[in-house]
Amino acid sequence: MTALLDVRDLRVSFPDGAGRIHPVDGVSFTIERGKTLALVGESGCGKSLTSLALLRLIPPPGRIDDGSSVTLDGTDLLSLKPDALRAVRGRRIAMIFQDPMTSLNPVFRIGDQITEVMHAHFKMSKQDAREQAVLLLQEVGIPDPDERLRAYPHQLSGGMRQRVMIAIALAGQPELLIADEPTTALDVTVQAQILELLDHLRRTRDMAMLLITHDLGIVAGRADHVAVMYAGQLIETAPTRELFDRPSHPYTQGLFASVPRLSGPVGRLMPIAGTVPPPNAWPAGCRFRPRCPIKHPKSETMPPMLRAGPEHEMRCWLAEDGK
Amino acid sequence: MRLPAGTAIRRALATPRGRAGIMALGAIVVFGIFAPFALPDPFAQPDIVSGAMQAPSAVHPFGTDQLSRDVLSRVATGARVSLAVAAVAVALSMTLGALVGLVAGYFGGAVDAVLMRLVDGAMAVPRLFVLLLLVAAWERMPLTALMLVIGATGWLGTSRLVRAEVLRLKDADFVRGAEALGARSGRIMFRHLLPNTMGPLLVAATLGVGDVILLEAGLSFLGMGVRPPTPSWGGMILDGKDVLTAAPWVSIFPGLAIIATVLAVNLFGDALRAASDPRET
Amino acid sequence: MRWLAGRVGQALVTAVLAVVLAFFLMRAAPGDPLSRLGDEHPITPQQMQVLRARYGLDQPISSQFRAFVAGAIRGDFGTSIQYGRPVSGLILQRLPASLLLGGTVLLITFVLGSWLGAAQALRSGSASEQAIGALSLAAYATPSFWLGLVLAWLVGIEWRLLPAAGMHDPLLAADAAWTTRALDILRHLVLPAVTLAAVNIGATMRHERSAMLQALREPYVQSARARGLAERRIRWRHAFRNALFPVVTLFGLWLPLVVAGSVFVEKVFAWPGLGALAADAVSARDYPLLMGVTVLVSLMVVGGALLADAAYALLDPRVRRA
Repeated sequence: MTALLDVRDLRVSFPDGAGRIHPVDGVSFTIERGKTLALVGESGCGKSLTSLALLRLIPPPGRIDDGSSVTLDGTDLLSLKPDALRAVRGRRIAMIFQDPMTSLNPVFRIGDQITEVMHAHFKMSKQDAREQAVLLLQEVGIPDPDERLRAYPHQLSGGMRQRVMIAIALAGQPELLIADEPTTALDVTVQAQILELLDHLRRTRDMAMLLITHDLGIVAGRADHVAVMYAGQLIETAPTRELFDRPSHPYTQGLFASVPRLSGPVGRLMPIAGTVPPPNAWPAGCRFRPRCPIKHPKSETMPPMLRAGPEHEMRCWLAEDGK
Repeated sequence: MRLPAGTAIRRALATPRGRAGIMALGAIVVFGIFAPFALPDPFAQPDIVSGAMQAPSAVHPFGTDQLSRDVLSRVATGARVSLAVAAVAVALSMTLGALVGLVAGYFGGAVDAVLMRLVDGAMAVPRLFVLLLLVAAWERMPLTALMLVIGATGWLGTSRLVRAEVLRLKDADFVRGAEALGARSGRIMFRHLLPNTMGPLLVAATLGVGDVILLEAGLSFLGMGVRPPTPSWGGMILDGKDVLTAAPWVSIFPGLAIIATVLAVNLFGDALRAASDPRET
Repeated sequence: MRWLAGRVGQALVTAVLAVVLAFFLMRAAPGDPLSRLGDEHPITPQQMQVLRARYGLDQPISSQFRAFVAGAIRGDFGTSIQYGRPVSGLILQRLPASLLLGGTVLLITFVLGSWLGAAQALRSGSASEQAIGALSLAAYATPSFWLGLVLAWLVGIEWRLLPAAGMHDPLLAADAAWTTRALDILRHLVLPAVTLAAVNIGATMRHERSAMLQALREPYVQSARARGLAERRIRWRHAFRNALFPVVTLFGLWLPLVVAGSVFVEKVFAWPGLGALAADAVSARDYPLLMGVTVLVSLMVVGGALLADAAYALLDPRVRRA
């Protein structure tokens, strides 16, 4: 079975002085139909740019470099003409963003923002679109959907706004939903509800999902696969269960150490010192080297993705050492 | 965070429009200062009968007016008048605006409330009308008085600007520090706060110069500004109004001089504003 | 609602202060309004006495002030020196022409200015954007009366395309159809309106441009793109609609500019509005008349700013609270 989304060697570059920097530097992954991939990393690692690149939303002067490929069910997204690309955006791949307040247009009623997407992608009467919008609001758990259609974004709570964002994303009946830090701007209690809702929708609608987060804690039980990103590259990929049982890359282990956990192996309870270096300050060789607690003799050479177990790969020389 | 005035000027001069503005303005100032020495007497009426309203020629590049005076030398002398009025008026406006803004912002409370209410009220009366009321009542207003009244009516916006800056800076560490050391209010206002408002003040001053040149020209056009026979650009446009069809150059050249000067100042002011506010693009 | 009541109260205080200021401004000048009258006509001291009594100038300043305020509240600004008629009547007579010209100019600057400003933002960095920007800066640097004279000379006199003076064709038959009359007024309106709009439009463009640039950077624009909406819709519905609100509040800022500009433009084009009335009052040193116009203009400025704030509150759902 071929994957729904196949990303190969994705590189995003921005001009920097005379040259160009690559905040996303050769990222490859696949997402199967109806499955969830969690893309995990600290802020500045390039995970959000990766998600924007999938829909070619990289703001200029940034661009996706030649040699990258993003394929949706056999269609090469990077070579699509503007109109064809627009027919994919919001229709086959939908996206929700971190801050629902600023991602909703403040001067339009939410009903109009939902039906607008339907009219952009389907031939539909106003009446039908309205009825659909009511059903969508119901589906995402908004009470009094008839009333709420006429509300403006600022009249809703943060959690309700994110539900509206999700309803807008569902309006195109997408095959893939990209959720970029969907709960970061929300209260802790609301976070769980939104994640639950997303998971529920994915199952009932048989939708694939790319969940982007800095929080490993929300990944367990929700994602099928996890990809950990660091300094523009994926550094460890594995099925969720496998990754949680045997985090292998020192960086991933460090991430686990910084997540408060109730069960599982207790590692060093020390978060990793330092932050992700900016793209113009990446060290040669292994990019994690300056922060790595293990001084591997080969670390001055960039490691490729190496096999670390069944369906489990990582970008670390330790994998060669037969560990 | 705003940039200090010096940095803003350097940055403004690095942009094409900033450089173009300051070079054009420099050329106009040099022209106003030196050209009158090389040109015919702007007051001389050599030949009213046959020398009046001559079209531009090699002898009179801008032609002559209905009194046979050389328009070019009158435009050059007019530059002196316009620029002098602008310089004095803007300097006065900025001083008054900075003073009121400093006092209102620094003392706050009732002082601030009263001053800002007054400023609100005064702002409702358009500056032109204030000036019209003043110059119409004044018998033969001399040029110095004209400069001063134009300056005295232009500080309202500046006081708001300075007040906002002071409010922003008041709680900054260096002010608190000075207060802790027992510095007096006057010292804090003039030594610590005022220098930090120079950036926005400079932008306001630059753009204010353009406004004043247009205002003075307008008043002179209404016959209420600079008194003839002293040449002023607005007054020359008024002179040429009656002979517009026969000798359009009498009005056209002083108008172009106004546009060139105000445009030059505003180009520089624009670049300065963009340079001192990183959000502007 | 409570916000609106507060805003109205604030506007009232401002208006009262403006009127008081206008009165004391007149008093601040050396000499009194009648002292200039002798310049043109020989007046005997006895005649002057009578005139001073007629205009209340022989009273102490406090009672003059009381009389002025009492009159102003009733809409009575005394008698024009130049015309010998009540100031309020003269103003009322000129008001329609001023409103027609001012309204037209505001409409042009708002519609055209915000469209041009937004278009500039969308073409940010291009040659056409630079050209529009330079042109608007040049227009902003142009004295309205000079532009008016040049247009009157070229368009009105040399090319004979449009009337260069007045508001009506004096040769038009008294029984002409109303459409003919309206068209006649419209033809007279073109040059003054274009002149005033040209010199004022730059400010609107500048504000709209920066508001639009800001709006285009907002996350909801990217979010709209991610939904597959057409680019035109994203720009002109999502971004432009948001970028329009800040410009509405500038209405209060434009009004004084338009009013001041109309003094010159109405004089140049002999448009029978308040601006020309004020210009004539200045030349004739007709103090009561000038005061009356100034007070009215100030009230319009305060009212305009209030209206702009109210419109903003009504239009922008973020400010509009249930």
